[in-house]
Amino acid sequence: MGTRGIRIEGLRKRYGSGDTAVDALRRVDMHVEPGEVVGLIGPSGSGKSTLLKCLGAVIDPTAGRMTLGDEATYDDGWKVRDLRALRRDRIGFVFQAPYLIPFLDVTDNVALPPMLAGAPNAEARARALELLAALDVRHRARAMPSQLSGGEQQRVAIARGLVNRPPVILADEPTAPLDSERAMAVVRILNDMARRFETAIIVVTHDEKIIPTFRRIYHIRDGVTHEEAGEGRAFE
Amino acid sequence: MISLAGRDILHAWGKFIFTGFGLGLLIGVTLVMAGVYRGMVDDGKALLDNSGADLWVVQRDTLGPYAESSSLHDDLYRSILAMPRVARAANVTYLTMQVRQGGQDVRAMVVGIVPSGEVCAPGWPPHLVAGRQITRGHYEAVADVATGFATGDRIRIRRNEYTVVGLTRRMVSSSGDPMVFIPLRDAQEAQFLKDNDAILQGRRRTEANPAFNRPGVPGLLEAAIDSQSSNAYVNAILVRLEPGASPSQVAETIRRWKRLTVYTRAQMEEILVGKLIATSARQIGMFLAILAVVSAAIVAFIIYTLTMDKIREIAVLKLIGTRNRTIAAMIMQQALALGVIGFAVGKITATFAGPFFPKYVLLLPRDAVSGLLAVLAICALASLVAIRMALRVDPAEAIGG
Repeated sequence: MGTRGIRIEGLRKRYGSGDTAVDALRRVDMHVEPGEVVGLIGPSGSGKSTLLKCLGAVIDPTAGRMTLGDEATYDDGWKVRDLRALRRDRIGFVFQAPYLIPFLDVTDNVALPPMLAGAPNAEARARALELLAALDVRHRARAMPSQLSGGEQQRVAIARGLVNRPPVILADEPTAPLDSERAMAVVRILNDMARRFETAIIVVTHDEKIIPTFRRIYHIRDGVTHEEAGEGRAFE
Repeated sequence: MISLAGRDILHAWGKFIFTGFGLGLLIGVTLVMAGVYRGMVDDGKALLDNSGADLWVVQRDTLGPYAESSSLHDDLYRSILAMPRVARAANVTYLTMQVRQGGQDVRAMVVGIVPSGEVCAPGWPPHLVAGRQITRGHYEAVADVATGFATGDRIRIRRNEYTVVGLTRRMVSSSGDPMVFIPLRDAQEAQFLKDNDAILQGRRRTEANPAFNRPGVPGLLEAAIDSQSSNAYVNAILVRLEPGASPSQVAETIRRWKRLTVYTRAQMEEILVGKLIATSARQIGMFLAILAVVSAAIVAFIIYTLTMDKIREIAVLKLIGTRNRTIAAMIMQQALALGVIGFAVGKITATFAGPFFPKYVLLLPRDAVSGLLAVLAICALASLVAIRMALRVDPAEAIGG
């Protein structure tokens, strides 16, 4: 394991207590190396969203251990004190819908996370423009989100997730609203960015079109993950 | 860090401007209401200033002549004039009535003054904007420009017609009615003048009264009827003191020796502001309170709705690490911006609409500053509901499932 990436061991999440307790996650073991994109698939109610929320430091697990890079973020009840800073600096998010801030232009949407982290505006915007160029949407830098196509919006959302160079990006069905061609383009971009920035990317998906593109896939069923090799077709 | 509130306002400027415009009209009404109150106070002070008096001598134990009726014999002023440190003393009558000119009526306070030819005698209009002061003993008038009369106009008060010989400005009663000055004798007659039928009935009653119609006392009946048909009373005596004289000391002397009620300028101001317009002030205060609550409710509703529209964005902002205080500041800044827009619209509206109100509307800069601070405080308070709701948004809402 390098200095980046994510490792999860024996993660559990229980909602409620006593007779009404529900074990949403019973045992999750995962690891994603820097530069790697893995798929997380499973039927509805299998625990995908709960796992994503635990990984995203939005809800607390009940037990287990999570390590981001070389630093434990959760260890059997102990957790990092400042979860907001953890989310801001060490985790990138890409959502099913882009959820860009409608009143900020493309550049400021991408520059917002570094600005929140205290970077000067000029520096944050320079980083944003660099990423927008890498994602081929530099020419839309001054546009408002409503003026972008769906594919452009998703690329801008990916840029926003990457801009703070987090060790891990959590992508929640990032291709769901896109057609095949655009969905494949997004997956290609995620793979490119993972390699380029040494970022571990977990893609939660139901999308049959993109599942064969993963080299490794985690199936989650009844709150338990099972690792299997993927086809990794598109990027051989 | 960029201003999220500023960007949101610029993005949805139309919504903010129109909402601010609506709020501004409400704030404008509030400022006008405050201006009406200030105008009433100023009218009262103008009444006192323009009377040119240091003391008001009135009927004993009354709050006359403005707050209560007061009646004094018109020869009392001579003995007041003889008191130490009194420079001038003049009789005055006040009568609020409809003054007719042609086919229209104007509500005015008719003031009876002694036409002495002496400029700036107590009770006289201190300055004219047109024409001259009253010089004749009868049938001349000086009117405030707010009456709409012009010099040379013929106006009717009771049975008599008067020629407007001069115009003055800002001469109003405490209730804002413009003044019309006429000679004292005419005013005394106008105060007590009855119609012909009433005079005949009065004479008949006196004749039928055996106490006045005694066969052995010739001239008694005529004297009694004569006394009933003339008026030797005035409402007050306005007193101007010699330079350096103490109003309270002279007032005390008059009270002691003449057994009359005397008010100094400060006491008269207290009567006008504290008693005469106190009810109106409370009424306006109630309106202001209601308008403040309505404004707060509107701002709270608007900001709440605007925030509700951004729930998903707020969840995303929180998920990517935005501090709660940044989100709270964004909402509060928007509420304050709405207040500033509303206040600007309201101030402009009040400034331009004020002169069209029938009552004098006095917009003081310090009221505007207080109003702005109150609007900002109300907006800040009103945003708390939306802030509370925004802070309770779970960042997990940005993640599906």
